[in-house]
Amino acid sequence: MSKKPTKHHQPDTTGHSWDGIEEYNNPLPRWWLWSFYATIIWGIGYSIAMPAWPLLNGATPGLLGSSTRANVQAEIDRYAAANKPIEEKLVATDLTQIANDPELASFTQNAGAAVYRTWCAQCHGAGAGGNDRLGYPNLLDSDWLWGGSIEDIYLTVAHGIRNDEDDDARYSQMPAFGRDELLDDTQIAQVVQHVRKISGQEYDAALEAEGAVVFADNCASCHMEDGTGDRAQGAPNLTDAIWLYGGDVDALTYTVANARFGVMPSWSFAPEGGEQRLSEAEIRAVAAYVHGLGGGE
Amino acid sequence: MALLDKHGVIEKNATLLLVFSFLVVTVGGIVEIAPLFYLENTIEKVEGVRPYTPLELTGRDIYIREGCYVCHSQMIRPMRDEVERYGHYSLAAESMYDHPFQWGSKRTGPDLARVGNRYSDAWHVDHLVNPQAVVPESVMPKYGFLLNTMVDADHIGDRLATDALVGVPYSSEMIENAKADFAAQVDPDGDFDGLNARYSEAFGSPAVNVRNFDGQPGISEMDALVAYLQVLGTMVDFSTFEPVASR
Repeated sequence: MSKKPTKHHQPDTTGHSWDGIEEYNNPLPRWWLWSFYATIIWGIGYSIAMPAWPLLNGATPGLLGSSTRANVQAEIDRYAAANKPIEEKLVATDLTQIANDPELASFTQNAGAAVYRTWCAQCHGAGAGGNDRLGYPNLLDSDWLWGGSIEDIYLTVAHGIRNDEDDDARYSQMPAFGRDELLDDTQIAQVVQHVRKISGQEYDAALEAEGAVVFADNCASCHMEDGTGDRAQGAPNLTDAIWLYGGDVDALTYTVANARFGVMPSWSFAPEGGEQRLSEAEIRAVAAYVHGLGGGE
Repeated sequence: MALLDKHGVIEKNATLLLVFSFLVVTVGGIVEIAPLFYLENTIEKVEGVRPYTPLELTGRDIYIREGCYVCHSQMIRPMRDEVERYGHYSLAAESMYDHPFQWGSKRTGPDLARVGNRYSDAWHVDHLVNPQAVVPESVMPKYGFLLNTMVDADHIGDRLATDALVGVPYSSEMIENAKADFAAQVDPDGDFDGLNARYSEAFGSPAVNVRNFDGQPGISEMDALVAYLQVLGTMVDFSTFEPVASR
């Protein structure tokens, strides 16, 4: 843009002179100057249209009435309104019939996945594989503690497990056989070997013989005579290779001695005057999603 | 334009130039900053925000010491995706007792402004000890040592008094009882009525979480940190909150 001054066109100087060095008084480039004026005009217009100037009791609201909070609320309402028909249909449809309706099946797959990633993935894992030592159940396999039909999964999600916020939460409590001195250390070591046997792992035959008696007297009422568990009480199947807190001798000994008390929140819980953690439609969607992960019955 | 022609006077007198520059910047500063101190809608009044209990404040200091803020912000912005994931957007009042606040725009991990009461204490302990055990894709470092580091509360009274100096409403009663309140919050079998009277009832806030947060005897840094995490974003009762339209 700038041209070197030539002899034909010698610009004025500012008249300043320092040790003989003078300063040209070139005008500003036009494009720059007009852009500058345009930003000033834009700034004035913007401060009139949008919230800007602080006054005594608040800021000027602006002619356009813009509000970040109103915008986000409008955005949320817009999506809620768009989803309303299908959510109403989901709530009105019997859980077992969702899979027969392609539109609902597709919706629950996506909406359920979104709910799962936001609220369930932290414990059950983003891939729903859970953690077999920390007590977060794997949702991909066909081993269910409280039942794997879609109705069972729905009830578990809606009310949770062993929480104290929902009266309908699934509840059972294994006795702490060691801590509460129901069994002595020898008996616990014996029954652990029996559990190792029925779960198809290496075991100490001498201890196991006594352990089978201990198991029949103390454990069979919930875990059944053959150790296959009872879903009505959330008593795990002990004969498969699937563990919640580990199946090695140390983990089993700790489990028998101190019992475990895994808790899942109630997702239909609503604080006083507030909304449910998850809406009915969201609970149904995530139940259908989990049911469809592979282990659903 | 006689006045404009006199700019040479300012340009040739450095001190005068400095004084006038300062005046110009002052005007800009006053217009931009001063209204924040008197405008009521800067920090709108909401029910329930209280100062942190001594244990939570200790946890907050551990949070800052370990640099959690480097990856986690505590500021849910008013945008649909954030509100749907994290909950109600953050209000200025929710961090009015934070010195310094933990806002931010750098999120390697998720925002923690409303992490309180979202997970169980046991989950927080499992996760802090080994984040990859529960979230395999996580890049968070392990903080298992917090379980083995006990905290004494010898200076917790002074800590509260320091925050009181900068405007956090810690009363002299709170400061006197700081050490007792510190221990009371991890002992659900003990007497924690005083703790609740001073913190929850005095501020119309939900009951203080009194639990053995880390599940082991003694008061560890894990107890303090989990107590802090479990109170984040849980103080305001949003069923009574009406957003001011002009914000």
